[in-house]
Amino acid sequence: MRFYEYEAKQLLERHRVPLPKRKLVTDADGAAAAAFDLGGPVVLKSQVLSGGRMKAGGVKFAEGAGQAKQAAAEILKLTINGLTPVGVLVEEQRTIAQEYFAAVTYDGRAKRPVIIFSDMGGIDIEEVAEFHPEHLSRTHFSALHPFSDHIAKQAVAAVGVTGNDLTRLTSIVAALVRIFFDYDMTLAEINPIGRLDDGTIVALDAHMDMEAEARRTHAALLQQLGVPESDNRQARPPTPFEIAAAKVDAADTRGVAGNLTEFDGNLGLIIGAGGGSLTLFDAVRAAGGRPANYCEIGGNPSVAKAAALTKLICQQPKVKKIAVMMNVVSNTRVDIVARGVIKGCIEAGFDPAEKIAIFRIPGSWEEDGFQILKKYGVDYVDRSVSMHEAARRAVAKMGKR
Amino acid sequence: MSILIDESTTFIIQGITGREAVTMAREVLDYGSKLIGGVTPGRKGRAVHGVPVEDTVRAFTERTRVDASVVSVPPGFAADAVFEAIDAGIKLVVVVTERIPRKQVAQFVEYAQERGVRLIGPNCLGIISPGKSKVGGVGGANTERAFKPGKIGVMSRSGGMTVEIANSLSESGLGISTAISIGGDAIIGSTYAELMPLFDSDPQTAGIAIYSEPGGRAEYELAEYMQSSGSRLPVVAFMAGRFMDEMPGMRFGHAGTIVEGKADTAVEKIANLERAGIGVAERIEDIPRLLKERLGEGA
Amino acid sequence: MPAMFIRVDVDPAVQANAALCKQLVEVCPVDIFRPDGEGKVATVEENLDECTLCDLCIQAAPGQVQVIKLYAT
Ligand code: SF4
Repeated sequence: MRFYEYEAKQLLERHRVPLPKRKLVTDADGAAAAAFDLGGPVVLKSQVLSGGRMKAGGVKFAEGAGQAKQAAAEILKLTINGLTPVGVLVEEQRTIAQEYFAAVTYDGRAKRPVIIFSDMGGIDIEEVAEFHPEHLSRTHFSALHPFSDHIAKQAVAAVGVTGNDLTRLTSIVAALVRIFFDYDMTLAEINPIGRLDDGTIVALDAHMDMEAEARRTHAALLQQLGVPESDNRQARPPTPFEIAAAKVDAADTRGVAGNLTEFDGNLGLIIGAGGGSLTLFDAVRAAGGRPANYCEIGGNPSVAKAAALTKLICQQPKVKKIAVMMNVVSNTRVDIVARGVIKGCIEAGFDPAEKIAIFRIPGSWEEDGFQILKKYGVDYVDRSVSMHEAARRAVAKMGKR
Repeated sequence: MSILIDESTTFIIQGITGREAVTMAREVLDYGSKLIGGVTPGRKGRAVHGVPVEDTVRAFTERTRVDASVVSVPPGFAADAVFEAIDAGIKLVVVVTERIPRKQVAQFVEYAQERGVRLIGPNCLGIISPGKSKVGGVGGANTERAFKPGKIGVMSRSGGMTVEIANSLSESGLGISTAISIGGDAIIGSTYAELMPLFDSDPQTAGIAIYSEPGGRAEYELAEYMQSSGSRLPVVAFMAGRFMDEMPGMRFGHAGTIVEGKADTAVEKIANLERAGIGVAERIEDIPRLLKERLGEGA
Repeated sequence: MPAMFIRVDVDPAVQANAALCKQLVEVCPVDIFRPDGEGKVATVEENLDECTLCDLCIQAAPGQVQVIKLYAT
């Protein structure tokens, strides 16, 4: 889960990373007051969980309270990548002499955490890596053995930084590593870190991602930061359909029947599991179909749970038919899923024979599953029909677009 | 031959009394694998499908040869279980558990490397050498039908798709030498490129099929291996999750499956694999055909 | 909604055996049997369709419990 800039900066502050004076506001009058309190010119930044704020017009500069009010009003109205800002961060504007970049993340290839550091901060780091590799260092370190500050020093010195900057940056990068480990982050980034005209070094912007699974471990921290449990921090806010599906999944701990993402098509999908869902979603689109949703079923959900998800999908007005498809299943049972989807269809008031475009789940207990499907007149296929062919047949039944 | 395991491989299951592990125990025994026992703290003296349960891994390693361990414990206990297996001297550890915090995965993966232990997973279904043994739940109750002995090595980031691909290879007559569900997390013990040398030196294996997804760099590492190693094996890949290219920042399926930068996308990965001479299948059923073409067997 | 896929028939003779009734409640992994409070056993309608066909009830009371697949011809 991604943190807003103002939250990430609170974490930095806890670890004594120097920051500009700042204030989070939620309306234009608040911005004017904040600018007045901070005195002098300010920068106003949209608080959205999206990159590219500057380009989108989500960052504005103001000389005083009047301008700040105007700028904040504009920023608050502006959605960036479909996201509405939760507020505006008003910060004192300082003159920056030099910008740095620091990030800590996992390198899946080296299988180690890594510090990425550059003395070309503020610009796209992938660009620096490509065109100015000598200005970027990658310093892997152990997740197993104790972390020591000299590793951070190594990362900073590797791009040629020395003098006062080296010692100051070392302590900032070391703090970033501690934040990364302490809060189960998958990314902790400060970009840019600025050296101001008076020689002080401050974190100007920050991006942090906590592993979703670690939310419970850090419940106390999240509460202090004011992050509600329901705030999923996805790249876009959840739709009512997605929220309802999450409830279905949470209401019954037996297996998974959820992870639903809504799309704007008309073919409801009941697909599984992780890799199977990715494959089948692609297959439906490749056949010219328009899915109404992505979802995942696996780990043997109960009949009631599979039925509840099916019912929910069938009830969406845009869903014309549903396709029930999985890869050859080993643990999840064909008969149990068949019972669930038929029950869900009927509970939603539809005839399974009409509503289910195709049922393609081969594997354990398929004989019983196929008997059930036959009895209710549902079109089903076994493993001799591939996932892609099954998807094609389902799409064909949807008729002309 | 096969890689990593064969009919003589002895192993234990850590967490053997758990719901999924009990089923796994029955299935591996039915398959003829040499499961010699299991560990669940506090349950010493019990038996699961006829194999003994002990409190510690050492209780087994002190009295007999244990080639491998399958870790199937809840996420909060998984790291400790892996450390216990490694400390007891086991050289092949298969971690089935999913949702283990990434920091802990990084820790035990590093420990395994330091101790020269081969780690598979986490978040995987294990390894199977058809007709010989399976170590893990891969294939479940319908292993016989989906996994026929043969000459293709399979590596997959998805457990379920390991079975689907194996099934298509079995139906095509090519069959499987060894199939490995390598796991869907962002950090895994063994990547495609790290397992390739084992397949390269296995005379039974004539070609490789892989299942891949957006996110991570494992496919790039494989492409580099193919270009630098002079591998004798033709490789065909299937890339799922192409739709994710349009949805950066959203996680689908596995923990490691997310598009954060250009290199994570399916399109970039496919182009890179193809540049390295790896065949990319549009559909699962194309995998056997592409492999046969590369093996000079025609369709 | 009544069960659509599974019916479980318990022989009246079982009801005379309190220990057996208790055992049925214990063996079923999906709570299809419940004690009726008088030492007898009742089936739980809303759980019937969850039956995993594991046969544990049949093994506990051979010949006295029948699990019927309503979808089998
Ligand atoms: S067969 Fe198993 S699940 Fe079904 S009623 Fe009997 S004990 Fe319960």
